[in-house]
Amino acid sequence: MGTLRGRLLPPVLAIAFSALLCTVTLMVSGANPASGIAAMVTQVGEGSVAVDIVNSAAVYYLAALAVAIGFQMNLFNIGVEGQFRVAAVTAAIVGAAIDLPAGLHAVVVILTAAVTGALYAAIPALLKITRNVHEVISSIMLNAIAAGVIALLIREDMFGELRGSNIGTHTIPESGWVGGIGFGDRGTLFGLVFLVLVIGVGYWVMMNRTRFGFELRASGESPTAAAAGGVNARRMILVAMLMSGAVAGLVAMPELLGRDHTYLITSPAGYGFTGIAIALLGRNHPGGIALGALLWAFLDKSSLALDNVGVPKEIVTIMQGSIVLSVVIAYEVVRRVELRAERRRVGRQLGANGGGTGNGGATPAAATAGGAS
Amino acid sequence: MTTTHPGGDSAVVLAGITKRFPGVVANRDVHLTVRRGEVHALCGENGAGKSTLMKILYGMQQPDEGTIEVHGEQVRFRSPADAIAAGIGMVHQHFMLADNLTVLENVVLGAEHLHGIGGRARRRIAELGRQTGFGIDPDAVVEQLGVADRQRVEILKVLYRGARIVILDEPTAVLVPQEVEELFVSVRSMREQGYTFLFISHKLDEVRSIADSITVIRRGTTVGTADPRTVSNRQLAEMMVGSELPSPETRESTVTDRPVLELRSLSLRSADGLRDLLHDVDLVVRAGEIVGIAGVEGNGQTELVEAVMGMRRITSGQVLLSGRDLTRAGTLARREAGIGYVPEDRHRHGLLLTQPLWANRVLGYQTRRPVARRGGWLDIDGARRDTERIVREFDVRTPGIEVAAAALSGGNQQKLIIGRELSGDPAVLVASHPTRGVDVGAQALIWEQIKDARAAGLAVLLVSADLDELIGLSDTIKVMLRGRLVADADPRTVTPEELGAAMTGAGAHERGDTGNDERGHGAAEGGER
Repeated sequence: MGTLRGRLLPPVLAIAFSALLCTVTLMVSGANPASGIAAMVTQVGEGSVAVDIVNSAAVYYLAALAVAIGFQMNLFNIGVEGQFRVAAVTAAIVGAAIDLPAGLHAVVVILTAAVTGALYAAIPALLKITRNVHEVISSIMLNAIAAGVIALLIREDMFGELRGSNIGTHTIPESGWVGGIGFGDRGTLFGLVFLVLVIGVGYWVMMNRTRFGFELRASGESPTAAAAGGVNARRMILVAMLMSGAVAGLVAMPELLGRDHTYLITSPAGYGFTGIAIALLGRNHPGGIALGALLWAFLDKSSLALDNVGVPKEIVTIMQGSIVLSVVIAYEVVRRVELRAERRRVGRQLGANGGGTGNGGATPAAATAGGAS
Repeated sequence: MTTTHPGGDSAVVLAGITKRFPGVVANRDVHLTVRRGEVHALCGENGAGKSTLMKILYGMQQPDEGTIEVHGEQVRFRSPADAIAAGIGMVHQHFMLADNLTVLENVVLGAEHLHGIGGRARRRIAELGRQTGFGIDPDAVVEQLGVADRQRVEILKVLYRGARIVILDEPTAVLVPQEVEELFVSVRSMREQGYTFLFISHKLDEVRSIADSITVIRRGTTVGTADPRTVSNRQLAEMMVGSELPSPETRESTVTDRPVLELRSLSLRSADGLRDLLHDVDLVVRAGEIVGIAGVEGNGQTELVEAVMGMRRITSGQVLLSGRDLTRAGTLARREAGIGYVPEDRHRHGLLLTQPLWANRVLGYQTRRPVARRGGWLDIDGARRDTERIVREFDVRTPGIEVAAAALSGGNQQKLIIGRELSGDPAVLVASHPTRGVDVGAQALIWEQIKDARAAGLAVLLVSADLDELIGLSDTIKVMLRGRLVADADPRTVTPEELGAAMTGAGAHERGDTGNDERGHGAAEGGER
């Protein structure tokens, strides 16, 4: 991905294409696309929607970043879902069980979540390194196991308590909460949104300025060249999965420490899968992922307005799905076109001369065929 | 299938073929006439444009100019399917077989419409087997076959699809001498039955032994034809390289008595534990010395290099660098200790193709100045500056250091790699086919740089299939056969012919007695296969 155009064009094309697709779908089903779009845009100004979008985007951002770390070296950590949920319930239990000064309490809870996520991600990593088990298979299965583990942990006779018809962990004391920035009836921005920003910047620095990031990208691009360059593939798999898992572990923290203070059996799930879509959309780039997360959150939150104008809000799901599908295709097409263009450009700038190969007019050199055998 | 009448007796006529790639003219005004029922050899050095020409004839590439006639009729191939329909088949250098299927299944795969997949197909394969003299069990699973048998399956595939004109792309590169002879027996008997062969090779002795006529291609264009009965290797070689005659070296020994790279009884077993890929290899490379490894490809050179680089775990033995034991060190530690590495396949092992040139400068050096700082930080500015230096000093033709490595031509990619691997102030350079597939200009420059580094005290382990390169550059030559070093040769006196003979185990140069002994081993092992 060389040029800025090469980076921006695919997602723009994909979004335009899926918008077109949705328009057609709406028209076929007899709804009015224009009023739908207008309703979604005006919805942003309503009540706490704008703040909700940012809060939600922060959560998506973490999930997508977790996926992107794996993607950088062609590891498909589809287990972000399980990792974040196990981490969330563990952190909630720990947070409710300890009593520490304000601030420190929250730090301990956050670290617990990161460590738990990393440990849960270590399982597929170790399986891959030692037994060559594909991480997609093992982490999907671990997602299913995670659901069972959570159900077990928040039983009343374990660490849970019954609240009406719901069941969840004990409430984290106030010293473990992370306050937000209140905008009155416009909602409250999670304090951890700023942590998310820091992690995003850290991710960029790691990928672009550190040896580790370089080795990660090199392994992703060409495992053979990376190995010849002294990159230890197995170590990279382990570290990348641990980091991916640690970030995944943080996914539920903004909501847990900023709003819910308990992990319920009904707490939101599915962020891990959303993260995959957003990582694809943002091409693993921290800025791209941020835009993708905001777009996703916008579609989610303002879709609620669609029912008011007689447009089924499921159209948003169609749009999200078609964005992901078309962005994958668009990236590949643009990549090929760009590479070809660059080859041509290099050829032109070097002045392709009519004769000889490559550097035509080469210095007379000693060269013979490989003799006889 | 056209038989005798139109177009006289020529099977293939290529006239005025020109093919341009961005920045490179791969073929220029090529003329080639192949008579029906002959074995026609196409000779040229690496990078001369043989493969592109054959891809054009096989429909994988379309020529920009020129015409193709097959059996007297002008044709335009848009894809290999068209070429196959016209009776042309190609056996690629790298086999394209499904290992987990049987011979029958591999042959029939994709050609089910011809004779079905049952009894008729089986009978047709048996018939072809009789015609060609290939005794292969159609129910054998391909993964259990040796290289020579796999090649036969590839040829069967081509014949099964109705080819009467068969292109063999460097068919002997992967074979040991006995297998080469067997292949030639089959080719000769098929020629008697009216098949036409286009035989691509740069091995002159083989070409002279099998071909009825020879066309030489140099720097993208055909420079003439020769009669194999009268032409000598020397004459052919001169045609292949033109007037730029080989004198790769003005020799002036810079060899010191300080050992840099020492290998002590290095052994490596294959993954299935059945064969020794390397057997008791002892080797010393001294400062200022270039040790060349000669051998037919596939005799353990790749494994030797990867064992030295720590990319393969050796079964037993020791690797020492300036007396320091690196046997248990990983690839990065070995590189940091001062081993530079020019891999044989620059795309697979040398470059990150989509990354800019400066990122490629970092590869393998991610822990060292000037491209990295302490504490795991990269020094991007340092990497950019040093890449600029390499581009300048090694004459890498590129518009800038931000272009992706994939956009450069092969020769320029290779110059970048050589520049990189000579930058870390290495104690030893492990160079595998350093000028394979690069143009002559880049070749001269790469040789010059290696010689300069040697004069400055660099130890070089050079693996090459280009015997003139080996003889020209090396201070000592070791011959490798079946994973062993079987003979030594003195590059001041040895000829490519003698070296070639030693490589096939047919007679070792110098060190006569031991050489003969070792040949005995080689032959015995050959019998086991």
